Amino acid sequence: MTQPVYVGLDMGASRTKVAVIDRHGALLGHAVKKSGIDFAATAALCLDASLEQAGAGRSDIVAAVATGYGRNNVAFVTSQSKTEIGCHAKGCHYLYAEAITIIDIGGQDNKIIKLDADGRRESFKMNRKCAAGTGAFLEEMSSRLDIPLEEMNSLARQATETIRLGSYCTVFSATEVLENIRHGKPVADIIKGIFYSMIKRVLEMDSITGKVVLSGGVVAHNPYLVEMTEELIGRPVLLPPFPQLTGAHGAALYALEATGGQGDGSGEE
Amino acid sequence: MAEEKQPQRKKIQATGQMMKIMSDYFYDLNDAGQSATRKVAWCTSVGPAELLRAMGFAVHFPENHAAMLGATRMATELIPEANAIGYSPDICSYLTADIGAHLKGTSPLAKAYPGIEAPPRPDVLVYNTNQCRDVQDWFTWYAREFGVPCIGITSPKNFTDVTEILVDDVTRQIEALIPTLEEVAGENLDMQRLRETVALSRECTELWRQVLETAAATPAPLTFFDGTIHMGPAVVLRGTRQAVDYYRRLLAELEQRIAEKVAAVDGEKHRIYWEGMPVWGRLRQHSELFSELQTSVLVSTYCSSWIFPDFDANDPLRSMAKAYLALFIVRSDAYKEAYIKRMLEKFNIDGIIYHDAKTCPCNSNSRYGMPQRLEQETGIPSLVISGDLNDLRCVSDEQTRTNVEAFIEQLEERR
Repeated sequence: MTQPVYVGLDMGASRTKVAVIDRHGALLGHAVKKSGIDFAATAALCLDASLEQAGAGRSDIVAAVATGYGRNNVAFVTSQSKTEIGCHAKGCHYLYAEAITIIDIGGQDNKIIKLDADGRRESFKMNRKCAAGTGAFLEEMSSRLDIPLEEMNSLARQATETIRLGSYCTVFSATEVLENIRHGKPVADIIKGIFYSMIKRVLEMDSITGKVVLSGGVVAHNPYLVEMTEELIGRPVLLPPFPQLTGAHGAALYALEATGGQGDGSGEE
Repeated sequence: MAEEKQPQRKKIQATGQMMKIMSDYFYDLNDAGQSATRKVAWCTSVGPAELLRAMGFAVHFPENHAAMLGATRMATELIPEANAIGYSPDICSYLTADIGAHLKGTSPLAKAYPGIEAPPRPDVLVYNTNQCRDVQDWFTWYAREFGVPCIGITSPKNFTDVTEILVDDVTRQIEALIPTLEEVAGENLDMQRLRETVALSRECTELWRQVLETAAATPAPLTFFDGTIHMGPAVVLRGTRQAVDYYRRLLAELEQRIAEKVAAVDGEKHRIYWEGMPVWGRLRQHSELFSELQTSVLVSTYCSSWIFPDFDANDPLRSMAKAYLALFIVRSDAYKEAYIKRMLEKFNIDGIIYHDAKTCPCNSNSRYGMPQRLEQETGIPSLVISGDLNDLRCVSDEQTRTNVEAFIEQLEERR
């Protein structure tokens, strides 16, 4: 007999993330895949992979909650949904039960969410309809430079200087990048400049107060951005063990709560 | 699992009468445009309409036409027409949509009212820049297009108190309009008729105030989205008996709703103040979105902007000046914040939503720190959504939905 599990599905514009938790809120299994064009199929793949990792099957699911842009495309699992803002807040508060400012950098949007010590949202801000500071900006730059995304982090670390990119606009930033290429600037310096520009655009969205938690796929895959954030705000930041999963984990915690449970972290390693 | 219940949009019974008087207004306007003897004036929405009506002009309000372009979702296709002749996509999308419609020879009036092709040709254009500078640019373009006079009031801006000096200034500017208007109208201003018109305007806006204030009841009997539709007569028929009669009927219906505890939004849980313009092309979607969330957006600066308690038949010109100066949009942030704070209390508001309209800076009050200041002073949380009044290229439906849902979740957590 396997244990009952609770599932959170974070159907992001770029990646689908699924988290499976136990009745204490502890993460048992998880999976991440490109969302692609068939959200339901991707969700099914991620669900089964994360259940397998948790040693559970679909019949063990007590409750599930979906979040993210595709939250309404997973009716085969659940009709319950919460916003990604609520889910990131829930997931981060589970890990850091104190007043925090969450900076989430996703593929399509960024969020700055401020929580009080009880995990209640005091305020939140999302980026405006613009790619500045999002994963989409990084993807565009990776494509322009013909450098795979996964190589950008290590290249940025090799930089000796930071090229400054001043524009909000992704297209204008790309022009600035091309201008620097024309002037023979080292690629590593340009990539560091891209990282710097990206994190600046995010930090400009709101005042950054108190303890900061970074989440989202972009920081999960580019740890150099974490160091850059610390340098820019002048203090250390908190990084969850799985920064890309805080939304899915939060959704699973909502599912647990909906059935009367309370993630108390007692099962967390 | 909670049972899903589809929200019901409750139809206001008086709507039929409103459609009728709006239809009569547009047909009369069309007749005036085709008449050899009647004169047509185009007027900004808080321009000197009382003066124009008293002088016998049929009055067309381009802002109303532009809002119709937005509500019918024609605007986004027409704005580029104006962009192409040098009117930037960053300026007022009422202006660009309306000029675009003229250039393309199209109008929502043609679809709604068989026999009408377009707004009537003006004999004179009269603006008041209390709304913004764009109205002057907008009317000036038409003055060149039609070869007719364009006159107006250049309003003081960003003041806190409506002082006598400001009233003197605007009164003199209104007086200065009269000779040109008399010349175009071919008749002299009849002060008695002006007094009667101002009295009707006062009565109309007083009733409109009472209509909007019914939303202070819990549950609220009407929403901001209802208000944007039912404000039509207050905008285009101010100073007429029809508008007064209509608002009497609407008020009676809403008072009946209050007596019977009929909510505009079933199961009203949250009460929201809307600051800024509506997104005209998304009225229905936004209304449904909030209904689904059992949230009543029940009061707004926008709809309340057509309440003019200063109109006084005993002192028509000076009281018109006061009324046009007292308008929210033209005041300082200090005034605006004090006003909104009073409204928050009066309507028992849980949260404020600011619509930051890309092309309407004067109606986007979230840009100079107001949300933060008001939140700090009142403890009432706020949300800023990015969008536009008419240009749907500036609107992200998914971003709006996520932001609104997250805001309502935030309000839930505070309960």
